[in-house]
Amino acid sequence: MMAGNRGFDELKFRDPVRARALSDTLGRLTTAIGRSPVSIMHVCGSHEQAIARFGLRATLPRDLNVIMGPGCPVCITDVPEVDEGVALARQGVRIATYGDMVKVPGTVMSLADAQAEGARVDVVYSVSQAVEIARQSDEPLVFFATGFETTAVATAAAILGGPPDNFLVLSAHKYIPPVMEIVAEMPATRVEGFLAAGHAATITGWGVFEPFVARHKLPVVVAGFEPLDILAGLVKLVELIGERRAAVENMYPRCVTKEGNRRAQEQLWKVFRPIGGRWRGIAHVPNGNLRLRDEWAHLDARRRFDIDVAGLWDYAPRPLVHECICGDIMAGIKSPTDCALFGKECVPHSPVGACMVSSEGTCKIWHQYGGHPDLAPRSVTGGESGAVCAR
Amino acid sequence: MAPSVLDERITLKYGAGGQAMRTLIQQVFVDGMAAGPPHVGIGLAAMDDGAALRIGNRWLVMTTDSHVIHPVFFPGGDIGRLAVSGTVNDLAMMGATDVLGLTCAVIIEEGFPRADLVRIQRSIRETCEEAGAFVVTGDTKVMGKGELDGIVLNTTGIAMTDRVIPDSGLRPGDRLVVTGTIGDHGMAVMARRHGLALEGDLRSDVAPLNRLVRQVLDSAPDAIVAMKDPTRGGLASALHEMAEKSRVGIVLEEMALPVTSPVRAAGELLGIDPVHVANEGKAVLGVRPDAVDVVLAALREHHLGRDAACVGTCTDERIGSIILDTGFGRRLVTEVEGEPLPRIC
Repeated sequence: MMAGNRGFDELKFRDPVRARALSDTLGRLTTAIGRSPVSIMHVCGSHEQAIARFGLRATLPRDLNVIMGPGCPVCITDVPEVDEGVALARQGVRIATYGDMVKVPGTVMSLADAQAEGARVDVVYSVSQAVEIARQSDEPLVFFATGFETTAVATAAAILGGPPDNFLVLSAHKYIPPVMEIVAEMPATRVEGFLAAGHAATITGWGVFEPFVARHKLPVVVAGFEPLDILAGLVKLVELIGERRAAVENMYPRCVTKEGNRRAQEQLWKVFRPIGGRWRGIAHVPNGNLRLRDEWAHLDARRRFDIDVAGLWDYAPRPLVHECICGDIMAGIKSPTDCALFGKECVPHSPVGACMVSSEGTCKIWHQYGGHPDLAPRSVTGGESGAVCAR
Repeated sequence: MAPSVLDERITLKYGAGGQAMRTLIQQVFVDGMAAGPPHVGIGLAAMDDGAALRIGNRWLVMTTDSHVIHPVFFPGGDIGRLAVSGTVNDLAMMGATDVLGLTCAVIIEEGFPRADLVRIQRSIRETCEEAGAFVVTGDTKVMGKGELDGIVLNTTGIAMTDRVIPDSGLRPGDRLVVTGTIGDHGMAVMARRHGLALEGDLRSDVAPLNRLVRQVLDSAPDAIVAMKDPTRGGLASALHEMAEKSRVGIVLEEMALPVTSPVRAAGELLGIDPVHVANEGKAVLGVRPDAVDVVLAALREHHLGRDAACVGTCTDERIGSIILDTGFGRRLVTEVEGEPLPRIC
């Protein structure tokens, strides 16, 4: 007989008892710094997802301000890039992309809107699934490729794996390390340390952060995504801040090495070249965009099609967009609750800004999980943890 | 928050079982239809699982459901089993467990294989036998190629009951009990539909629940105050609807939620929370606190209820909200907006 969710016992990085011990340590270290707030930034939607999903925000010390930076690949995909995908879809080209890209609003519409008007848009879980779809016919299939180096290496591997001729790529891939420089140099920034994403570091290696640390004198801690990974990462980061020690620490050694995955890096740079480009709501990020190298021009949707983005502008532009503060939110300067549209005109089923679209977007996550309101038990349930059923 | 104005075009989100769908039903159908005749106890405006009409001193419960599913055959079931179970369960959720009769209307796409149709018919018959129900009338149409996706089934069911159980009877202090593991149906279908090579032991839970419900109602006749089957939108949507209609808040305990290992693994991989995933053979019951043990024991005696668990408590705070206690901290659970889609990373 299954007594509750027994699987949790098997997951050693989800031990609530150890989590409480780490939370206590985190509280002590934060208080010892003697400043309020101590602000740190993570640059990964998956970190925010995990923090929110496990309800960790409610347990963080009040003096510790954990800011979500520009770490949601869907949110920072720029409007003109979405427009390119939408325009191609409306021109009758079949598009395949990740699930959460479908609802991102472009200048006038999202891929989901285009789909409702008859465009063909396939949701895929991986690039290899898109390659499979391409194999099933001769017509062109454009993979609208988004995400950071984590998904960019997968796109690179698919391209190097010899996809069929009708498989094309519209690259909106981004590269994380350059944007950390931008955030560190923003005049309004209050960030005293960075929590770096374990999955991206698996590829780049933690060594990639050393020049950054040397330049900005800010500590960087690489962390994984289980509750204990995140809490341990935060403890290490606050410890470094307290000791005024600018260094890179790897708290995800079961996956991340200093060099990273060399083969994946080789493949990444064989297929892509970094160019400067806008990140939605953030800024122009030098070397922040990944585009296909000239050798792969025959697979590049931008070179194979005349993408008629201007044709979209016959439609009335979306109202309200100018009031959206997604950019400030992603830069860690403002919170979703500072936005006049949050939870009113801008909600997940009709998002104004991209942060409300993606499951990794700050606004969507706050809307979905309630930000960090006081959800402590007050009555009825009783008991120390409030748990009455899990006995 | 419900959208105040509907979009010009009906997109898929309006069929996903969440707020958007309820707004569509409210604005177009509930507001647009005349109120029911005087003998209607629970009518359209209640937006419950079905309607309850007073006949003498008993209630006739009536419900209808159209079934479209891609693929038509999926691990653990098929559209025929789904069509019978869906309607039988909607009746059972109102306390009406003895089915008087079912209708079965079939719309078939030109070119649909006869062998598949026969397979679906057999499945309908087998599921009816399981539920002690009979198809008593029906209708058949064929439409041109491309005019619909394979096959559409509609079933309507009627049943009598002495006591109607609404989905709005929760009070602070009441416990919430699920009859088994959650997320099985939606995860199995999603894995098959998106061609994800992680099917493993993912199987739909589609099953008629009327006999299980009868067993538990007999064990604690007055202690079960609300019932709902967490289909589209999953447990999250069902609890939201119950909390809103009952004017209570709900604290859900994640560690107590029964979830199979394959469903949890698939959910982690896809970034989809099992509380947002559809079930077709589960019910969530609102139970008076002193009867929880009796109810759990009665459920666990039946093979469809052997993984039953108490998963939450109603409170008088945060009316209409679902708070999830993860064991690490607390957060809100919202309803899904549109179909859950696999995330990027």
